[in-house]
Amino acid sequence: MTSNTALRWGLYGILILFALFYLMPLFVMLTTSLKSLEEIRTGSLLSLPREITFAPWAEAWSTACAGTQCEGLRPFFWNSVLMAVPAVMISTIIGALNGYVFAQWKFRGANLFFAAILFGCFIPFQVVLLPMAQMLGLMGLAGTIPGLIFVHVIYGLGFTTLFFRNYYVTIPQELVRAAKVDGAGFFRIFWSIFLPISLPIITVSVIWQFTQIWNDFLFGVSFSGAGSQPVTVALNNIVNSTTGVKAYNVDMAAAIIAALPTLLVYVVAGKYFIRGLTAGSVKG
Amino acid sequence: MPILEIDHLQKAYGDTHILHDINISIDEGDFLVLVGPSGCGKSTLLNCIAGLEPITGGDIQIAGRNVTGVSPKDRDIAMVFQSYALYPTMTVAKNITFGMKVRGVDKATQERKLAEVSRQLQIEPLLNRKPGQLSGGQRQRVAMGRALVRDPKLFLFDEPLSNLDAKLRVSMRTEIKKLHQDLNASIVYVTHDQIEAMTLATKIVVMKGGVIQQIGTPAEIYNRPANMFVADFMGSPAMNLIPARVRVEDGQTRIEIERDGDAPLVITDPVARDLPADIVLGVRPEDIHEATGNAHLPGTAHGAGGDVMIEIVEPAGADTFAVTHLGGKAVTARLRAESAIRARQPFPLAFDLSKVSYFSPKDGERLN
Repeated sequence: MTSNTALRWGLYGILILFALFYLMPLFVMLTTSLKSLEEIRTGSLLSLPREITFAPWAEAWSTACAGTQCEGLRPFFWNSVLMAVPAVMISTIIGALNGYVFAQWKFRGANLFFAAILFGCFIPFQVVLLPMAQMLGLMGLAGTIPGLIFVHVIYGLGFTTLFFRNYYVTIPQELVRAAKVDGAGFFRIFWSIFLPISLPIITVSVIWQFTQIWNDFLFGVSFSGAGSQPVTVALNNIVNSTTGVKAYNVDMAAAIIAALPTLLVYVVAGKYFIRGLTAGSVKG
Repeated sequence: MPILEIDHLQKAYGDTHILHDINISIDEGDFLVLVGPSGCGKSTLLNCIAGLEPITGGDIQIAGRNVTGVSPKDRDIAMVFQSYALYPTMTVAKNITFGMKVRGVDKATQERKLAEVSRQLQIEPLLNRKPGQLSGGQRQRVAMGRALVRDPKLFLFDEPLSNLDAKLRVSMRTEIKKLHQDLNASIVYVTHDQIEAMTLATKIVVMKGGVIQQIGTPAEIYNRPANMFVADFMGSPAMNLIPARVRVEDGQTRIEIERDGDAPLVITDPVARDLPADIVLGVRPEDIHEATGNAHLPGTAHGAGGDVMIEIVEPAGADTFAVTHLGGKAVTARLRAESAIRARQPFPLAFDLSKVSYFSPKDGERLN
């Protein structure tokens, strides 16, 4: 009994220790972003702010300089929204259709096609940079937000297809057959029967895609032009273009602002994420 | 005009032939049951009729129209599936009306037919529930409702009762039969359960390995099985198939059956039959009787040696089953419940030879 209790407390102790360790960077970021530069210079890294100031947040949002442009993160944040939202939606919709076909409308060579699409998940970003740049140039999309959307949709399709295919493959084929006999066609069956049961896997796809696209830096820095840079690229520029004193508080605030949307998506839909990832593994 | 006519149908996946030269014709109001062991191709055949599987050769006609290349929705059929295949996010009412909605039937007609069918199947209280909230039997009813509401030329049932427990299966079986009688519907029904086949069908197709073994009424299939496979498959307990030797003498046929530890059992068929020397005698358990002293059953075993050693006696309430050993095979007799038979004692048995089947041991085909 006593040894059991001790063990339990030990376990909790270790877990709490790890949790603290894991939360430490966030803590430092948050406190630093709320301190004045003066306080950062004189105080300790881990101490709480003596006087809370939101000035660094305001500066990061609207006046910080990224290179020569001193409008803060705001315009780039909207660039990221304009890029991520359509890219997530398009890649999820196409992935759902792909998965529906691979799971329920098998055709000759379907497995080979699916393997090829899966292979797309494992191609490193760097490999496609040059051919993709050329491709975007040919399409007249170089340096634009639609160009970035295109790249992210293409790159995300492998994953979204995999998600939806694995989800739909657990749905009995008789359901499609029943609908066919009832007179429904390909899109009708998808719309009326498959989409309504897809909420868990749509959530998985949206969270995954949003995180990937929002956080992407390489494609953003490679394929964007002056007016189309996403927030990650701007963050990098803000952090790197300080003159004289390094404004740590502004950098921290900017980093948190850039990370907020993905955090928000997890908080709102996180429980569906786990549910969706494990759906189909148990008979339900 | 036949409601369904299948003409030289072939089905193959690459080099693997699933169905061989299938020819079936049924009339309006017929209840056709496709029966056979698993993997015999019966479900594939049903899917071919539905148009859910393409066929490799031959023709399918429904109500006089060639539907061979026609898609399932245009074949004027409705189908009930083994897993019920109800649309999980739709209510029972939406499940039943989905087909009509897809086909653009107007709202008033939809409502009327829904009310009609749900009254018929007694599922009115369930109309606003989702399939997940229904029991197996209720789902089964909804699945049938979805088919009934369409009022098609042909109903297709794919093992609809196999997911139900034994008791419910029997009552649903009766309901399906009643439904068939009330609607005079034309039905093709797949099952692996020979009792289901016997009780429901007006016509049975017994299949094995993608080949039709026999087509006939339940009585024909039961009383005159075309070969040893059909004889063994239909009926429970199965028909006894006893190896025997045949001699024709004095216008009568003498049949000798080996017995353990005794001279062969000789029984006499009063008709001279043109049989080969070696046969397999097929006799249903209920056609083996207790040989009472003065009975003149055609196949009463001769003389003092007519007794056989009884190995096991299984009282089953209405009947008593007795198992003995003849011709190297276990032979079951279905006797009256009050029979005085005892295990490990000799007992006189008589074969009703007017009802036996003779099979060739070489190819298993029927000889009489």
